[in-house]
Amino acid sequence: MSNLVNKQAGSGRAQQWVMGLGLLVFVLVAGMVLGGEKGALRQSVPGITGLLFGSYGIWLLLAQLTRWVDKAQLKQATGLWGWSVPALFALFLLLVWQMLVDGFAVPPVLLPSPTEIGSAFAGSLDMLWQDFRQTYLKSVLAGYIMGCGSGFIVALLIDRSPFMQKGLLPFGNIMSSIPIVGIAPIMVMWFGFDWQSKAAVVVIMTFFPMLVNTLSGLASAGKLEQELMRTYAASHVQSLLTTRLPYAMPFIFNALKLNSTLALIGAIVAEFFGTPIVGMGFRISTEVGRMNLSMVWATILVAALAGSISYGLLTLLERRVTFWHPSVRAGKR
Amino acid sequence: MSVWLPTTISTERGSKMKTASWRDNRVFAVALVSLGFIVIWYLGAIFLNGQQLVSQYERRHQDWDASKVVAEALSMRRPVLPTPDQVVVELNQSVFHEAITSKRSLVFHTGITLSSTLLGFVLGAALGILLAIGIVHNRTLESSLMPWIITSQTIPILAIAPMVIVVLGSLNFTGLVPKSLISMYLSFFPVTISMVKGLRSADRLHMELLHTYSATTRQVLWKLRWPASLPFLFAGLKVAIAASLVGAIVGELPTGAQGGLGARLLSGSYYGQMVQIWAALVMAALLGALLVVLVGMGEKWVLKRMGTRTELGAAA
Repeated sequence: MSNLVNKQAGSGRAQQWVMGLGLLVFVLVAGMVLGGEKGALRQSVPGITGLLFGSYGIWLLLAQLTRWVDKAQLKQATGLWGWSVPALFALFLLLVWQMLVDGFAVPPVLLPSPTEIGSAFAGSLDMLWQDFRQTYLKSVLAGYIMGCGSGFIVALLIDRSPFMQKGLLPFGNIMSSIPIVGIAPIMVMWFGFDWQSKAAVVVIMTFFPMLVNTLSGLASAGKLEQELMRTYAASHVQSLLTTRLPYAMPFIFNALKLNSTLALIGAIVAEFFGTPIVGMGFRISTEVGRMNLSMVWATILVAALAGSISYGLLTLLERRVTFWHPSVRAGKR
Repeated sequence: MSVWLPTTISTERGSKMKTASWRDNRVFAVALVSLGFIVIWYLGAIFLNGQQLVSQYERRHQDWDASKVVAEALSMRRPVLPTPDQVVVELNQSVFHEAITSKRSLVFHTGITLSSTLLGFVLGAALGILLAIGIVHNRTLESSLMPWIITSQTIPILAIAPMVIVVLGSLNFTGLVPKSLISMYLSFFPVTISMVKGLRSADRLHMELLHTYSATTRQVLWKLRWPASLPFLFAGLKVAIAASLVGAIVGELPTGAQGGLGARLLSGSYYGQMVQIWAALVMAALLGALLVVLVGMGEKWVLKRMGTRTELGAAA
């Protein structure tokens, strides 16, 4: 469908010249800004023009690369190639970020440069690990397991009772539109400052997505399959284990993935309401108070890594469990 | 917060339910379950508050019996868990019996939260739609942006909300806009994802027809892609407005006690005012549900005017 509209195939010779020139200019400007003094870009018209022109050159390069990758992927299935363009794009953004911060001498209170964040990250690995252990390994994991587990079990229980489903599902739907993080102060008062209160917030945040998704997953098994099981005189448990749970797996993994992000958010926000002197939410709120922004960004980097890695791991697990699902098979080509 | 509601939930199971009995009545089921919740709530209040009361009595060496504890547990001034009627009384007091401009009025705080929610929602929806249009039309944009847009949502971005607020505040950039930026960040994602899907959902035959008319890209966009994407757009908007409300509330946390439902939560937690926290929470829940319902009504109206009755939107 996209090739119908996308008419930018084949780059002309002129465009290639512009691309090469742009890349050259970009490298020159980058060397000038990063090697020179801070504030080199301030009121420097050639510098800014060079940066803009260079960025255009990079853009053309990305476009060219995209076409190559698309072509290569048509021929053979390579997953890693698909990441080359976004990776290059991110690298380019980081470079521009660094150049802008250095070039315009942006005060670090406002926006620290990537290198400053990196050195803050590397310089306080120990503290970041302590925070990570408190927030992620204690609150998030405990709450995530309890919340997802109880959501799943309750779903299995009320699966047999259409009446309970009718009664509970509207609540599940309402819960999706209300800000559950708001219960954080209540949980902090009930369960104290330590990780238990954060885990409680996480449990409540993750329970309903799991419940609703599992229920609809169990209902997603086809009628034919269910009737087949009936003709086999399969018991409830048998048909659950052999047909309906496998059919529910994509839904369950969907909930697991969404919950992994929700859990981290819940734990960090709950720490804003009171915490022992360790934890990612605590670190963020205190370092903001001290205007030590590179440390805040380093903590966010940890949170981002934790979030993406757990999401990635869940995706991998999903591929192994639901290898039969069309969306997974399409991905493998 | 995220797209976690699946498309449709069928509670029917094959041939089992043929006779219409009281069990099939949805309203009845919901009412019974709500009643169950309320009973559990009261029991919880008696239990949690009672524990505190008993330990209090024993410290003071007072006599106590069960009926006294229950009676006092249900009407504590600073309860561990307020009873539903206490919350309703507080809501009634702070909504209807305070001047709207007063800081004690919940309407005042709700208004602050609502305004930044709506501003963030509008900005986020606009950004989301623009990104989706760009992604659909430009392959380079798609391959370089799309993975990062998805990754951006695995990052617990709500965590940086206070930082955005404080940093922008130090630049004398306070009030509505910083909070809205957080709402915007949270709400653009569902719109982008569902719009990319929606803009591509146009029928292939129709696309080819327009191609034979030698329609320009822009004409294809306005005459075919955009109308085809509307059901998806509204599905995204529903998720986005709920996310936007969460962003606004969390964005109010670090501003201290200036205003908004988030500030109300925070000051309630500082001063141990459980009833106030619960009232703010109920208000937030009502506001969230109301906003989603409003978007749903807008969806019905627009789709009706377009003459489509499709429920495709739910698929996003």
